[in-house]
Amino acid sequence: MTTGFHELEEAPPPAITSRIEGDLMEVSMGPQHPSTHGVFRMNVALDGEVVRKLKPVFGYLHRNHEKIGENTSYLGSMPYTDRLDYFCSMTNNWAYALSVEKLAGIEVPERAEYLRVILAELTRLQNHASLLGFLLSDMGAWGTPLMYAFREREKILDLFESLSGSRMMCDYMRFGGCRVDPGPDWFARAQKIVEAFPKFLDEFEELIVSNEILIARTQGVGKLSAALAVSAGITGPMLRASGVNYDLRKVDAYGIYPRFKFRVPLGDHGDCYDRLMIRALEMRETLDILKQAMKDVPAGPITNPKVKIRAFKPPVGEAYGRIEGPKGELGFYLISDGGASPYRYRVRPPSFINLTVLEDMCLGHTVADVMVILGSVDIVMGEVDR
Amino acid sequence: MEALEQVKVRAEAAVPGAKVEIIPNVAVPAHSSLLLDREHAFGVAKFLRNDPALKLDHCSNVTGVDWLDRKVAKKVKVKKVVDGAEKEVEETQEEFFPGYLEAVYHLFSMSLKHGPVIIRMRTPDRAAGAHLPSLTSIWRSAEFQEREIFDLYGIKFDGHPDLRRILMWDEFEDFPMRKDYREPDDYEYEPTPHDEVLEKAKKRYPERPALDGAEKLSTEAKS
Repeated sequence: MTTGFHELEEAPPPAITSRIEGDLMEVSMGPQHPSTHGVFRMNVALDGEVVRKLKPVFGYLHRNHEKIGENTSYLGSMPYTDRLDYFCSMTNNWAYALSVEKLAGIEVPERAEYLRVILAELTRLQNHASLLGFLLSDMGAWGTPLMYAFREREKILDLFESLSGSRMMCDYMRFGGCRVDPGPDWFARAQKIVEAFPKFLDEFEELIVSNEILIARTQGVGKLSAALAVSAGITGPMLRASGVNYDLRKVDAYGIYPRFKFRVPLGDHGDCYDRLMIRALEMRETLDILKQAMKDVPAGPITNPKVKIRAFKPPVGEAYGRIEGPKGELGFYLISDGGASPYRYRVRPPSFINLTVLEDMCLGHTVADVMVILGSVDIVMGEVDR
Repeated sequence: MEALEQVKVRAEAAVPGAKVEIIPNVAVPAHSSLLLDREHAFGVAKFLRNDPALKLDHCSNVTGVDWLDRKVAKKVKVKKVVDGAEKEVEETQEEFFPGYLEAVYHLFSMSLKHGPVIIRMRTPDRAAGAHLPSLTSIWRSAEFQEREIFDLYGIKFDGHPDLRRILMWDEFEDFPMRKDYREPDDYEYEPTPHDEVLEKAKKRYPERPALDGAEKLSTEAKS
């Protein structure tokens, strides 16, 4: 395992370089191409088939989420956070709730903490599974792997729906707790899904791990060094694929994560294959956490009765809360002036910042590899553009 | 991690001439921040990243904040001569705080696993050309986030490699995240405007001939 920290001392600021030989052809990739995962565009300068320059273009889904957050109440932003990374509304809710709880000094009951961990880890499962499906789709394995992943995702979304009333826009967490208490049969159903999941994972891994085409398309493609990853603020599975051991569930130990035993998978090369495999390995650890968490969910209230959620006014001050979302470090920065709506409401979107190094990873690779590299970053445009 | 006071003292010693001020945070004392002066901010930031005891190599979050001009009413006791006798009279005076734009950086250490250390920089005023030093060459993660601040708040970062708008389109003129931003009134374009939209459209395009015939149609229908 390499950590790359020894290089960091002397590492010069990484500069974007492009070597130009002969005529370059400028291609505008996107915004409507299916492999751009939404409306995302890249201005690419090509030398033959080789990428010499790549400039991402954002903003097609921009709606100034932060301004909306500053003009509404604290609770009013909660359903809006679902729309950031619409694959993982549960983790978005948690990150926002955590920041507000930090700002106002709110404690969360035990049972709610357990529910949050269970729901966040279920979200991680379905996010990673569908990412692997999407990535294979981008590489030309059109349809089948994605449908395999979606079959499993659907089961988890059904769980979310029966709990919160919505498959994707869950709006489930509240400051100081959760919104609805699941019954015992819900836990039984969740238990069944968790128990059946390793079978799918074995099947899926068998499908992808030793596939020669997949190895040829991903190994050595889009390498990201640990030093650059740290400097560029890369977080989540992408950072760990480059061999840096930094998982907020371990580092910040938020919620009740210290109670669970799990390992943090690390990559060695920082290429697309590592980024892909990290997700597969993380799903196994997630299943471990789920098994431990579901074993001893305590009885009790799920909300803190002292919190007045309506007419909620936190004290003057500011707080930055962050969690390990499926895509990386998801943070919320709030400044309160004592009023009913935040003075400043900022989202730190992991997939937006992870795109900082997209050009560095793509230079020198062919245009077909750009799809794979972009796919391995795991972006959702609702969060990138906000 | 060492206390913020100690970080301040060591930073001021390491960078000659630097002025670092601690901005207290009552609600969350652990999230108090360091205010850096513009001239030495780059040096202090470099110190924070390279210092072996701090090693703040992860610049997690970079964002802007807009603080408007503020007037704070204050009651002051003033001695005055009233009817020949000296008396103490209470008067309300208004204290004026000029507004400024602020850039906030949340720093963590990935190698030592501690943080956050929060640093802030302030512009002298809220003018469109307010400048701050760019920290992108220290932390690459600031590249897109400083561009976003430039886009939405209008702070110009000196030394940024590629300072362009990022979320809004290049031709856009205002800064939407500023507190005094007002959205333009011409966004509800309709091919056949009526009622309030028609009034707005008239104001916007005074010499437009009969507004696509919509007006004409309505007057014809009346007569």
